[in-house]
Amino acid sequence: MSEAILRAERLTKRFGGLTAVSEVSLELHVGQVHAVIGPNGAGKSTLTNLISGDLPPTAGAIHFLDEAQLAHDLSGLKSDRIARLGIGRSYQKTNIFLPFSVFENCRLAAQSRQPRAWRIFRSADRYADVNAIAERSLQAAGLGARSAMTAAALSHGEQRQLEIAMCLATQPRVLLLDEPLAGMGSQESQRIIELIQQLTPAHAIMLIEHDMDAVFAVAHRLTVMVNGEVIETGTPAEIRASLKVQQAYLGDAHGGADG
Amino acid sequence: MDPAFFFIQLLNGLQYGLLLFLVACGLTLIFGIMGIINLAHGSFYMIGAYIAWSLASQTGNLLLAILLGIPLTVLLGMLLERLLFQHLYARDHLYQVLMTYGLILVFEELRSIVWGDDVHGVAVPALLSGSIPLTDNLSYPVYRLAISGICLLLAGGLYWLIQKTRLGMMIRAGSTNREMVQALGINIKLLYTLIFALGVALAAFAGMIAAPVSSVYPNMGAQVVIICFVVVVIGGIGSVWGALLASVLIGLSDTFGKVLLPEYAGVSTYLLMALVLLWRPEGLFKRI
Amino acid sequence: MNPKRAWTLPVVLLACLSVLAVFPLVGETFYIQLLTKVMIMAIFAMSLDLLVGYTGLVSLGHAAFYGLAGYVLARVAPQYAAASLWTTLPLAMGACAVFALLTGLLVLRTSGVYFIMVTLAFAQMLFFVFHDTPIGGGSDGIYVYAKPELKIGGTNLLNLEDRKVFFWLVLGLMAAVYLFLRRVLDSNFGRALIGIKTNEHRLRALGFPTFRYKLASYMLSGTLAGLAGYLAAAQFGFVNPEILGWHTSGGVLMMVILGGMGSLHGAIVGAFAFILLQEALSNQAWFGPFAKHWQLAMGLFIIAVALLLPRGLMGISGLFAGKVKREPGVE
Repeated sequence: MSEAILRAERLTKRFGGLTAVSEVSLELHVGQVHAVIGPNGAGKSTLTNLISGDLPPTAGAIHFLDEAQLAHDLSGLKSDRIARLGIGRSYQKTNIFLPFSVFENCRLAAQSRQPRAWRIFRSADRYADVNAIAERSLQAAGLGARSAMTAAALSHGEQRQLEIAMCLATQPRVLLLDEPLAGMGSQESQRIIELIQQLTPAHAIMLIEHDMDAVFAVAHRLTVMVNGEVIETGTPAEIRASLKVQQAYLGDAHGGADG
Repeated sequence: MDPAFFFIQLLNGLQYGLLLFLVACGLTLIFGIMGIINLAHGSFYMIGAYIAWSLASQTGNLLLAILLGIPLTVLLGMLLERLLFQHLYARDHLYQVLMTYGLILVFEELRSIVWGDDVHGVAVPALLSGSIPLTDNLSYPVYRLAISGICLLLAGGLYWLIQKTRLGMMIRAGSTNREMVQALGINIKLLYTLIFALGVALAAFAGMIAAPVSSVYPNMGAQVVIICFVVVVIGGIGSVWGALLASVLIGLSDTFGKVLLPEYAGVSTYLLMALVLLWRPEGLFKRI
Repeated sequence: MNPKRAWTLPVVLLACLSVLAVFPLVGETFYIQLLTKVMIMAIFAMSLDLLVGYTGLVSLGHAAFYGLAGYVLARVAPQYAAASLWTTLPLAMGACAVFALLTGLLVLRTSGVYFIMVTLAFAQMLFFVFHDTPIGGGSDGIYVYAKPELKIGGTNLLNLEDRKVFFWLVLGLMAAVYLFLRRVLDSNFGRALIGIKTNEHRLRALGFPTFRYKLASYMLSGTLAGLAGYLAAAQFGFVNPEILGWHTSGGVLMMVILGGMGSLHGAIVGAFAFILLQEALSNQAWFGPFAKHWQLAMGLFIIAVALLLPRGLMGISGLFAGKVKREPGVE
């Protein structure tokens, strides 16, 4: 696919006097992982919020091509509308339904695509198609065995897995993954990296991460942000070689999280 | 409507609005800074009025009654905060609603036990009992002007306090970031107690000075608190400016409503609120 | 998520239902009337529980629907003859649905504390409409002299003047509302509502248009409250602006909280507990001169519950531990 499925054009977000994101442009293609890296406070999460609709941009546009090849401008749309268009996101700070079972978390996520809200007399558990999608997503994220547990009882790493499973259950074409590996051990991280690799062919993925090993293992393109601005965009090799990036970011922080 | 009559209603509306502001201001500050919704806030207004009536009947002097009453209400505020309200800071709004609803019942019954259920009038202090002539046969009571004047003075004082003093700076900081304020070594507990007591005292004081004009009656607390909620919704939580603007707006619409369309006057306040909800659901202003 | 409830709950409920069903045959008139009132309140409480306990919207103005339905009956009923249940009940509930739609579009633009305040304000607005304008009977209220009748052909199926029959009608309706809400809450719609209460932000991010769900919940809740208000007006035979007042709204909210939110039978228990407590505290035979000031004891009781029993009388099951959303910048 040469056409970008999602194209952010000069996105800017100002909070009063503070410019969190300034003139950021990037493209997402199906079958590619586009990683966004940068020091803390670079504006990466804000950028994700702008694309997912959690925050409205101050300036700029976000062009999206849906399944029917219809173009949409996402800027200014509400987050639920954007999600329904096929853009899913996982959160940096685990944002699941803690009191529900693991399965219910995913089931609810899958229900979003087949809301059937008017069927008030049919039990929600009786929709085989929704249950199947939930089950598949849990398996893909490696949580098949944890189905019946309460989400609050999961380990931190497992909760991050659930974050991703819920995202998958909405069957998106674009995945915005905000630090999926945060706080994970190396074995769990490996699992998620493999999952991302499995998902890549059929999805367009934007990955925000501090774990450089993971980033260089999966990313096809990288964008480096510092202080809300893009300082470099390119292939992993180009970024590695870039002096600008080394000065601003990588330097001695290579391989470590949160410098 | 002739100009003099219009002018009188204008003054009445302003006076009502400014009184409302004193009560609403405490409500919005307490919510904005401590995150507590207090249904019983109107009870302080009622308590102030009853204290003023009670002391005035005994001493024969409203001004003296007010002077004695203010420290009493400050003390009441501090006690309530230490004993009850401090347990609510970390709780859901639902439990704040529950507890303060119970408090209303308690205050109403205590009032009934101590002072009874009758309606009482309070005499205007002799010093302020004159009238200013406006036309040949219309004049305006000095006392009502005094009320407006006092409220404006207090509003100005609050503005100075919040914007220009260290205490005000702490108040503003405490409303946005409690932990940081604590980390800076400021005694947040004391700050909260003071703010709460201030809110209580303002509401009670409003009740005291309003007593000669609106009488002292059992349901006055409930009536005023609901209007105060509307003030806070229109003006924005935590915004003193918003509370002032909204109070005056409501005061004017209610007063003019009563003379132009008496049957719909009561509804006018809520229609205003509905309009604001349509246009700006988070209130006209935000924060302090 | 709703795990299969242990069979003990249905058995207990069925047992209580049976006891209630036979009660009118053996009980005194006073207690029949009291229990009828309690069951009407249970319907009212369940309707609010849908909104507060399951959708996470704390309304302090639910009396608006309760009172509106009562006034509709009072206005529409012929002066001294019986009104038809067929027409007046749907009319009353329909009026509540419409009012819920119109006010819901406005109040649901707010959340948290603002929501609490605007719902209270709209109930107060309706209070003034009935108190001041010609629509209501002013502060004196309006009488409903005859109980509604349910006629098919020329025969009256339900003689509601008979207190026993009225009791059984209310019992049946309470059971029906309970079963209805049970089903609804287990449906896709119900799960979404619970999701809204638990984490609305995430539910929206998953693609749910939560505003519509909240509005639907608000309308359903208001309509069911209208059912309770209609029955109350029919039972009491009188409506006045006070039934739209905040003591009514506060009282039903207390019932929901007392019962522990997020369990429908909890709302029923809360209604029973609250009214029976009220009756007990105001009983002069027991408390003599203090009975007049029963609200003081009630108030202290409520404060104690707020401070000491965060989970209400029933104890919320771990499944519904979500909190009401708070404004940013406060904590």
